[in-house]
Amino acid sequence: MILNKSFLTVARRDPGVRPLKERVHDYEPVEMELSQDIVREQASRCMNCGVPFCHAFGCPLENVVPETNHAVARGEWKKALDILLETSPFPEFTGIVCPALCEGSCVNGQDGYSVTNREIEHTIIENGFANGWVLPNIPKRRIGKRVAVIGSGPAGLACAEYLNRAGVDVTVYEKAEYLGGIMRYGIPDFRLSKKIIERRIALMQQEGIHFETGINIGTDASPEYIFRKNDAMVLTCGARTPRDLKIPGRELSGIHFALDYLTQQNRLNGGEIFSPDETMNAKDKRVVVIGGGDTGANCIGTAVRQGAASIMQIEIMPCPPVARAANNPWPEWPRVFKESASHKEGCVRKWNINTLEAIGENGIVKALKCVEVEWKRGEDGRMIPVPKQNGEFILEADLVLLAMGFTGHAIPEIVDAFNLKLTERGGIYHDANGKTSTDGVYIAGDAASGPSLVVRAIADGKRVALKILEGLT
Amino acid sequence: MKAQGLYNSQYEHDACGVGFVLNMNAKKEHKIVENGVNVLVNLLHRGATGADVNTGDGAGLLLEIPDRFFKESLKMKLPAMGKYAVGMLFLPEADAKRRTVRTMFERIAHEENFNVLAFRDVPCKPEVLGESAREVMPHVAQIFLESKLGLDGDALERALLVLRKRAEHESELPADGCDGFYIASLSARTIVYKGMMTGPQVPLFYPDLKNDLFESAVAVVHQRYSTNTFPSWPLAQPFRFLAHNGEINTIRGNRNWMRAREANISSPLFGEDVKKLVPILENGSSDSGNLDNVLEVLTLGGREVGHSMMMLMPQAWGKKHAMGPDLRGFFEFHAGIMEPWDGPAAVAFTDGKWVGATLDRNGLRPARYTITNDGFMVFASEVGVLDIPAENVKEKGSLRPGQMLLINMETGRFYKDAEIKSRFARKVPYRRWVKENHIDIHGFFNAVGEVVGDPSTLVKRQRLFGYTREDLEIILNAMASSGVEPIGSMGSDQPLAVLSEKPQLLYWYFKQLFAQVTNPPIDPIREELVMSLMTFLGIHDNFLAEEPSQARLVKFRYPVLSNEDLGRIRTLNYDDYKSVTIKMAFPVLSDRKSAGELLEEALDALCRNVEEKVRAGYSIIILSDKDLPEEMAPMPALLAVSAVNQYLSRRAIRTSCGLILETGEAREVMHVASLLGFGATAVNPYLAFESIAELSRAGELDVHLGVTEAIEHYIDAMNKGLKKVMSRMGISTLRSYRNAQVFEIVGISSKVVDKYFAGTASRVGGIGLEEIAKEALMRWRSSIEGQGALLPVGGEYRYRKDGERHLWTPEAIANLQISLRTSDYARYKKYAACINDQVKHQSTLRGLFAFKKTNSVPIEEVEPASEIVKRFVTGAMSYGAISQEAHEAIAIAMNRIGAKSNCGEGGEDPKRYEKLSNGDSLSSATKQVASGRFGVTSEYLVNAKEIQIKIAQGAKPGEGGQLPGHKVNEEIARVRHSTPGVTLISPPPHHDIYSIEDIAQLIYDLRNANDEARVSVKLVSEAGVGTVAAGVAKARADMILISGYDGGTGASPLSSIKHAGAPWELGLSETQTTLVLNSLRSRVRLQVDGQLKTGRDVVIGALLGAEEFGFATAVLVSLGCVMMRHCHSNTCPVGVATQDPELRKRFKGTPENVIQFFMFVAEEVREYMAQLGFRKFDEMVGRSDLLEMNKAIDFWKAKGLDYSGILYSASKDPSATHCTEHQATGLEGALDYEFLKEIGDGIETGRKVVIEHPIRNIHRTVGTIISSRIARKYGYKGLPDDSITLRLKGSAGQSLGAFGAHGLTIELEGEANDYIGKGLSGGKIIVRPAAGSKFAPEDNVIGGNVILYGATSGELYLNGRAGERFAIRNSGALAVVEGIGDHACEYMTGGRVVVLGPTGINFGAGMSGGIAYVYDENGRFDSLCNTEMVDLDTLDLNDESELKKLLENHLRYTLSPKAKRILENWERERERFVKVFPMEYRRVLGAMSKKDSEVPRTAKTRE
Repeated sequence: MILNKSFLTVARRDPGVRPLKERVHDYEPVEMELSQDIVREQASRCMNCGVPFCHAFGCPLENVVPETNHAVARGEWKKALDILLETSPFPEFTGIVCPALCEGSCVNGQDGYSVTNREIEHTIIENGFANGWVLPNIPKRRIGKRVAVIGSGPAGLACAEYLNRAGVDVTVYEKAEYLGGIMRYGIPDFRLSKKIIERRIALMQQEGIHFETGINIGTDASPEYIFRKNDAMVLTCGARTPRDLKIPGRELSGIHFALDYLTQQNRLNGGEIFSPDETMNAKDKRVVVIGGGDTGANCIGTAVRQGAASIMQIEIMPCPPVARAANNPWPEWPRVFKESASHKEGCVRKWNINTLEAIGENGIVKALKCVEVEWKRGEDGRMIPVPKQNGEFILEADLVLLAMGFTGHAIPEIVDAFNLKLTERGGIYHDANGKTSTDGVYIAGDAASGPSLVVRAIADGKRVALKILEGLT
Repeated sequence: MKAQGLYNSQYEHDACGVGFVLNMNAKKEHKIVENGVNVLVNLLHRGATGADVNTGDGAGLLLEIPDRFFKESLKMKLPAMGKYAVGMLFLPEADAKRRTVRTMFERIAHEENFNVLAFRDVPCKPEVLGESAREVMPHVAQIFLESKLGLDGDALERALLVLRKRAEHESELPADGCDGFYIASLSARTIVYKGMMTGPQVPLFYPDLKNDLFESAVAVVHQRYSTNTFPSWPLAQPFRFLAHNGEINTIRGNRNWMRAREANISSPLFGEDVKKLVPILENGSSDSGNLDNVLEVLTLGGREVGHSMMMLMPQAWGKKHAMGPDLRGFFEFHAGIMEPWDGPAAVAFTDGKWVGATLDRNGLRPARYTITNDGFMVFASEVGVLDIPAENVKEKGSLRPGQMLLINMETGRFYKDAEIKSRFARKVPYRRWVKENHIDIHGFFNAVGEVVGDPSTLVKRQRLFGYTREDLEIILNAMASSGVEPIGSMGSDQPLAVLSEKPQLLYWYFKQLFAQVTNPPIDPIREELVMSLMTFLGIHDNFLAEEPSQARLVKFRYPVLSNEDLGRIRTLNYDDYKSVTIKMAFPVLSDRKSAGELLEEALDALCRNVEEKVRAGYSIIILSDKDLPEEMAPMPALLAVSAVNQYLSRRAIRTSCGLILETGEAREVMHVASLLGFGATAVNPYLAFESIAELSRAGELDVHLGVTEAIEHYIDAMNKGLKKVMSRMGISTLRSYRNAQVFEIVGISSKVVDKYFAGTASRVGGIGLEEIAKEALMRWRSSIEGQGALLPVGGEYRYRKDGERHLWTPEAIANLQISLRTSDYARYKKYAACINDQVKHQSTLRGLFAFKKTNSVPIEEVEPASEIVKRFVTGAMSYGAISQEAHEAIAIAMNRIGAKSNCGEGGEDPKRYEKLSNGDSLSSATKQVASGRFGVTSEYLVNAKEIQIKIAQGAKPGEGGQLPGHKVNEEIARVRHSTPGVTLISPPPHHDIYSIEDIAQLIYDLRNANDEARVSVKLVSEAGVGTVAAGVAKARADMILISGYDGGTGASPLSSIKHAGAPWELGLSETQTTLVLNSLRSRVRLQVDGQLKTGRDVVIGALLGAEEFGFATAVLVSLGCVMMRHCHSNTCPVGVATQDPELRKRFKGTPENVIQFFMFVAEEVREYMAQLGFRKFDEMVGRSDLLEMNKAIDFWKAKGLDYSGILYSASKDPSATHCTEHQATGLEGALDYEFLKEIGDGIETGRKVVIEHPIRNIHRTVGTIISSRIARKYGYKGLPDDSITLRLKGSAGQSLGAFGAHGLTIELEGEANDYIGKGLSGGKIIVRPAAGSKFAPEDNVIGGNVILYGATSGELYLNGRAGERFAIRNSGALAVVEGIGDHACEYMTGGRVVVLGPTGINFGAGMSGGIAYVYDENGRFDSLCNTEMVDLDTLDLNDESELKKLLENHLRYTLSPKAKRILENWERERERFVKVFPMEYRRVLGAMSKKDSEVPRTAKTRE
C-alpha cells in the first residue's frame, strides 16, 4: 500500500456552499460538489491508520473508511463503492447529513484537519448512481418469514433493507403521506433534497419491500392484524416528542416547535397546501430560535428563505470553545463552536441565555423576557445556570421557534397498542438485542435510544435487523 | 535429565574450545599428550562451569593407542600395534549391573569374532572432580580385543564399529549417568579419555595420561561449554573421530533424513553387517555426537575421512565462489547424496590415519594453527595456547570459511585446502557424472507465462482458502509490486491462532524458531553467497555408494514452481521420473462421522495412496487441492504434506519420491517456509499466482506491472523470504532446511502433533483434528455461501471491527490516553479491563489464567507503588526509531521514578549525560549493545547503569535491521558516529557472538568497559530459550530478559512480526524452570517484556518468575501513539516515531504521562498483591502455584489447552526461585588492575606512562578497564595521543584493546586473537611479530577474526594477516593490515582500511561508508569484492597522500618490510591500489557526478 505524506502537503478542502446571495432565494441544496480529481486528492490525505478510529471508534456503521479512501485515492471508484456498501446501506443520506463522527475521531484531526470522509462518501455513492453501479439488492430466495416495520425513517429503512436482503418479506408502515421520516420532514430541502430519498425508496421497492403510507398503527391497523400477518415487527417510529419550554406565555400564538415549523416548510416544498392560519411563516418577522443545535440552525435557514426581518438564536449553554476543551479529548466527538451555512445567512447567536417569559399582545407573542446566566457548580457537583445580577433583558420576537431537542418519550398510542413496558425515563423498555417486553416486537433507532443522528438510526436499524433474523431462523 | 515443566534436554547446546597437537613426522611422544593437556588448560576460559564451580561441562583427549604404555608400563601381553583394539568403556557403578553389561559386551564380541584379551579398570581419581560430576561418575574400564579372523587395518575398524553398534543397540541401559553404558571409543588406532570435568582436571582424573610411556603422535582436544550443567559424561568430547566447536543448526533435518535413508544403505565393505549399523545415530547424543556417528560410517564405508568431511560440511560453492569445474562437480554430485550438516563449526578430526580440521561455510568459529620448524603443529580455537619460541615458528595460519587442512600421519605430509579439494575432486570424474546423468528439462525455471484463470470463480476459490482483502492488498500486492515482503511496525496484539474466533490457516499455529547465542543467524542479503535454495528431486538413499547413477536427479534452482514448471514436471517422460497427482481433500458431509473423523480418514487414505503410488514406481507425487468438487474441502496443505512425509519416512520410502504441492492455500513466505520445513520438495502456489494476475490486470498493484513481471517479482520475494527464514535459524541451504522442522507449535494437541508433526515442540496442547477440520469447513462454507465481490476484511495487520481482534482497540487507546491526561484512575481501570478481561474474548495465554483463592492482606500493607515502579523498564527504542522528544520524555520519566529507560541501539548524545538544571537526567540508565554497535564507545558504556546485549528482538528474532539513509539526519549521524544520509545496517548476528562461549567473552568485555554497571542479555522466547538462558547465566550475566514474540518494532517484515518466536509465558516459564533446576536462578534476575500493558500482566509475569518488567508500546501510547503502525514510513502523525521536523512538532507527550502510566500500573499490581496476600513483591516471584486455568472460559478451540507445563514449579523453596546474590564478575585477575596500579595518578594528571609486560592468551580484554577510567574522566575525547602506552610481548587473548580510549596505545609484539580493537574509541593498537621470527610477516596470520568490530575512531596497525570480517561495522577507525580473510569491511560506515595483501571474498558487503585501499597485486580484486554497494576506483591525489601517510605510520610503528618495499617504489606501486568507495558515501560527499547520482538505486534496500 502506497503511503505518502499528503496529509501534510495537501490542505483539507471542503466542497463549500453556493454563494449566499444565490442560495437564500431557493430551497435547493446549499452544498456544492467537488470534482472527482479533487476528491481523490482529498482521499489521499487519509493515513490508513493501523487502528482507524474513524472506522472503529467514530462511525456507528463501522464504515471501513481507510479502505474506501484508499480506493478513491487510486481512482478505484467501483471498489470504493463495494467497500462502502458492505457496511452502509444508504451512503447517499449520510454522505449529506451526517455530522461525520469519523472525522471527529480522525487521527489527522488531532493536529490539523481531518480527512473529508463525508464528502468522499458522498462522491463515491453519487458517482455510483451516475454510473449505474448502485443496483437493487434482490434476495436470491425468500425464507417465508414476514416482518412489519413501523416507521420509514432511517432506522426503519435500514431495518427493512437488511431483513429483505436475507429473504424476509417486509412491509413498512408509515403514518405520514410520504416516506422518509425525519429525513423527509425534519431536514430542510436545502440540506437534503427529497429526490435522494425517493431514489432510494424506488430501489427498495424493486427489491421487493412493500411500503404502506398513511397508516397509523393502532388506529388504521390493529396490532392483532399486524401480528397475524407477520412473524415479527419492529418499531422504528422515531423520538419526536419535543422538549417544551415551561414558561409563562408559552400558550401565545407565534410560539412553535421547531420540528413542526420545519416539517411544514418541507411539506410546502413538496406541494402540499396549508391554510394561512396554519402557516408558520417568518416573512418580515423578528424570529427567535431557542436552542443552539442543528435543528435550530435548520430553522434559521428556513426563516431566512421565508424572508425574516431578523433572526436571533439563543442558547442556555455557554458558547463552546473554538478548540477541544481539556475534558473533551480526542478521539471523543469534538464539542467545539461550529457555524453552519445557515448561520452565515444572517442571524445573531447568543449564549448563556435563559428564557423566563413570553410576552404577548392579543394572544400573539411580541417579546421574550430573558436573563443572562452563569454556569456554576451546584451542591451536588453538577453545573447549574445561575442568573446574573441585572442580567435580565427583553428580546422582541414575532415568531419563536423551540429547538430544544426531544425528550425521547414513547408515543402513547404505540405503547398502548402493543402493551409495552416503559423505562423510568419514559422510553420503551428493550434489551440489548432490541427486544421489547412484548414477544415479537422489536425496537430500533431513535425510538429505542432517544433522539440521535441519522447514522446511528441506520446503524441501529441494521443491527436490530440482524438480531431479528437470528430470532427468525 | 528428564523433561520437567517446559524444560526439555533436547534443547541443550554446546560449544567450546577445540584443537589438536601433532607431530607431523608421526613420532609418538609423551610430550604430545602433555601439550594436549596444556591446550586444554589454556582454553579453560572457553569452557564453563555451572553452579558447582568444580564441575566442568566436559573435556577430553582423543589419542593414538598408547602401545608402549600398555606393554611396557602395564606389562600387558598384547599383539602387535594394529592387531589389537582397545575399548574405552563407561560402565555402571553397581557391580552386578556392571557384570551384566560386561558379559553382554563379551558375548557380542565373540559373536562378532573377537577374542577378549584383557579387561582393565582404568585408574581414576574422583576426588579431583566437582560434586555433581562425581555423583554421576561411571566406572571407566578398558577392554582389549583381537580379531579371531586376523583382521587389521580398516577391516578391523569396520568390525569394531559393527561390534560397538550392536553393543549400543542391544544394551538396554541409557548411555548417560552412573548406571548407564557408553563406549567412548573402540578402535585399534585411537582412544578417547574424557569425562565431565574441566580441562585441567583431565590428567588429574586419569593418571594414565601422566605416564611418560603414554605416547601419541596426535592429541585432539576439546573443552566443552554447554548451556546446561545436567551431568553427562558421554556428551563430553572428543567423540571417536572428531571434536566440534559450534553447533549444527540443521540437526533435526539431518536426523530426519538420516533416519529416512538408513534402512536402505548397503556397502560391499560391510556386507550383511551393514544392517547392524542401523540406527546409525546414537540416541540421546548431541548434534556433534551425531555428526561423529555419520562421519565414522561414511569413512569406514570407504571414503577417506577428509572426503567424508567435505561431504558433510561442504564449503559454499555457489556462482559467486570462484572454483574449477571439477571441484564444482564434486560438490554438486555430493549435494545429491547428502544435505549439508550446517552451522557454526570448527571441527578437528582424526581416524588414526589422517588428522585434519575444517571450518563451516560461514567461517563462524576461529581456527588458528602454528607449525614449527621441527615438525610440530598446534591447531586451536586460539593462538597462544602453547608457548612456542618465535624463532622456531615456521608458519602461522588460520582456516578460512569452508577450508580444510589435512595431515597424513604416515608420511607427515601437510595438505592445504586447495590441494585437498582438487585431490578429492578428481578421485572419480564427478563433473562428467553430473553432466551426463542429470535430468535436463527444457525451459525449466525460465520465464513464467501469463496466468490464465477464471475471474468469475476467483473470489469463491479465494474464500475457500481463507483469503482476505489484506492478503491481496498488503501481502501479495507488496510482493508482486516491489519483489520484497511487506514491512510493518509495532508488535502483534492479535489473539494466538488457538484463541482466535476467525478460522485460522494451520500455519498460524506454527512459530518459526531462530538462532540466538548458541549459534548465529546469517545475513541473507549481505552474505547471500553462502546460501542456496537449490534442491533436488530423486535423492538416492545409499550414501555409502559412489556411482554415476546417484547424479540422476532433477535440479530445482529454487522451490517455488511456476505453473509452467509444474506442467513440465507433470509431463516428464522418463520411466524413473513419472508423476502422479493426488488430491488432498476431505468430504464435507457424512451422516455418521464428524468432520474430524472424515479428515483423519482422508489423511490415512492419502498416505496409503501415496505409498501405493511410490511403490508402483511414481517418483514425483503432486499433492493438489486444485479444482476440487464442491462437496470436498481442501485439507490444510501443511497437515497433508507433513502427514505424508512422516508416513513415508517411517516406511523408509520417503527418499524414493519428491513431494510437490500444488496448493491454493500457500501465499505468503510463512506458508511456503512451513511446507518446506515439514518435507515438501517444492510448492506451486497457483491461486496466489492467479490472484496476482488479477490484481495486475485490474491495475490494483502499487506499481503498474504486467502479469508475468508481477509474478516474477512475487517469486523473487518468496525466495528472498525463504532465505530470511532459513538464515534466521542460521541455516544456509534449503537442502538441509527441508524437513528440519525448525518450528514450534502453539495450540495443537499432542495427539495431532505425535501423529502428523512428530518431533515438533508443542507445549500447551490445543486443537485436535476436529477443530482443524471445522476451521477448514468454515472456509469452505464461506466459499459456498459468501456473496459479493469482496473478500472478508482480514484485520490481521490493521484493526478492523469485523476482522481479527486486537488488544489495542480504539477504546483501549482512548481510555488509556484520557486517563493519563486527566489522572483518572477509574478511567485507567476501564482501559485495564479492555486488556485484562479475556473471559469472552481470549487473546493471550495469560488471558486464560486465573488466580487461585488465597488469603488476602489489606492493601495498605502492600509495598508502595513508588517501590514497585523501580522494577519497570521501558523497551529498547533507539533515537532514530523514535523522535528525540519521545526518547527524552521517557528517559526523564524513568530517571525520576528510579526505573530504567533503555536507549536502544542507536547510541546516545553525550550531551545527555549532564544533569539538567532542574535535576532531571536525560541519560538512559540502560545502554544497549546490539549487533550494529552504533555509538557504542567507551564513553557510552561508562555512562550506563546497565549494559544490555540485545541478542534478538521479538518482532524479528534472528534478523538485522536497516536505517535508510534518508532517516539519518545530522543529529542521528553524530550520535551513531556515522555520516548523514548514509544507510546504516545492523547485521543479524553479533559478529562477536557465534557461540555460547562467545557471549561469556562479550559479557567479560563489557564488564571491563564499565565495572560498575550490571550486564544483561536480551533473549526472545522460543522452545529451548531456557537452556540458552542457563548458558547465559553461566556466562555471568546479571540479568536475563525474556521477550515475547509479539513485541514492537520500528520496522520488520510482517511475517517476522507475526510468525517468529513464541509468547513470553512459555519462554519465561521454561527459563525459570531450567535455571531453578540448575541452581542458577539465585544469581540472575529475570525480566520479561512483550505486549505488557497492565498490572495483571505484571503479576502474571512475576508469578511465572520475572522480577522486572518492560513496557514499550504502552509507553508510546501514553505519549500519544495511536498505533498507526506506520513507524517505518517516517509519517508518524503524533511525532513519536518520526524524525520529520514538522511531525515532531506535533508531539504532545510529557514525562508526567509516562510516570502516571507506571504509577497506575503499580497501583493495579498492588491490588492484585493484596488479593493474593503478598506484601513484598519478591515474595510473589516464581509462585506459579497460585495460577490456574480460568474455568469460566468456554471457547471451543481453547478446550484442549493444557497449562500444566507452564505452571510447573521446579522448587518449593521460595528463595530458590528469585535472585538472591550477585554474579561473580570474573574481573579479579584482569591485567588492567595491575596496570592501573602502575599508572597511579597518570590518568588524572595526564602524565605519560609506559608499561612493559608479557601477555598470554588467557589475558583477555587488555586495556579496556584503563580506557574506562579515561572515558569516565575525560569522555570520548580522552587523553592526548600516547599518554599511556602498554608494551606487551606474547600472544594476547581475545578483545585486545576493546573500547580502547583516546590516549591509550597498545604495542604488541607477538600475535593476537579475535576481536582486536573491538569498539575502539580513539586508542591506538600496533601488532608486529615477535622479535626473532623467521617467517615473512606479510604471509602469516597474526590477528584473529572480527577485528575493529564497531570501532568509532582510533588506529590499528597489523604487520601480518588477519582473519575474517576485518573492520566489520567500522565507523571511524584507521587500519593497516597485510592480508585478510573473507567478508572484510562488511557493514562499514566510516574510517579507512588499507590492505597490503590478499583479501578473501565478499569484501565490502553492506559497506555504506568509509574507504578501503587495497593493494591488488594480481589485479583480480574485483572478483573478490561484493560490488552491490561500492564502486572500485583509482586513487586521486588526495587519496594518495592519505594512503601514503597511513603507510608511513605503518612502517614507523611495525617496521613492515612490505610497507617499506611499497613506499620505496611508490611511483610504481601506488597504481596497484584500488580504492573501494561506497556509492552512497560518494554521493553524500558530493563525489558523484550529477547524472550518476540521479540513477535510482533501490536494489536490495529494505527497511
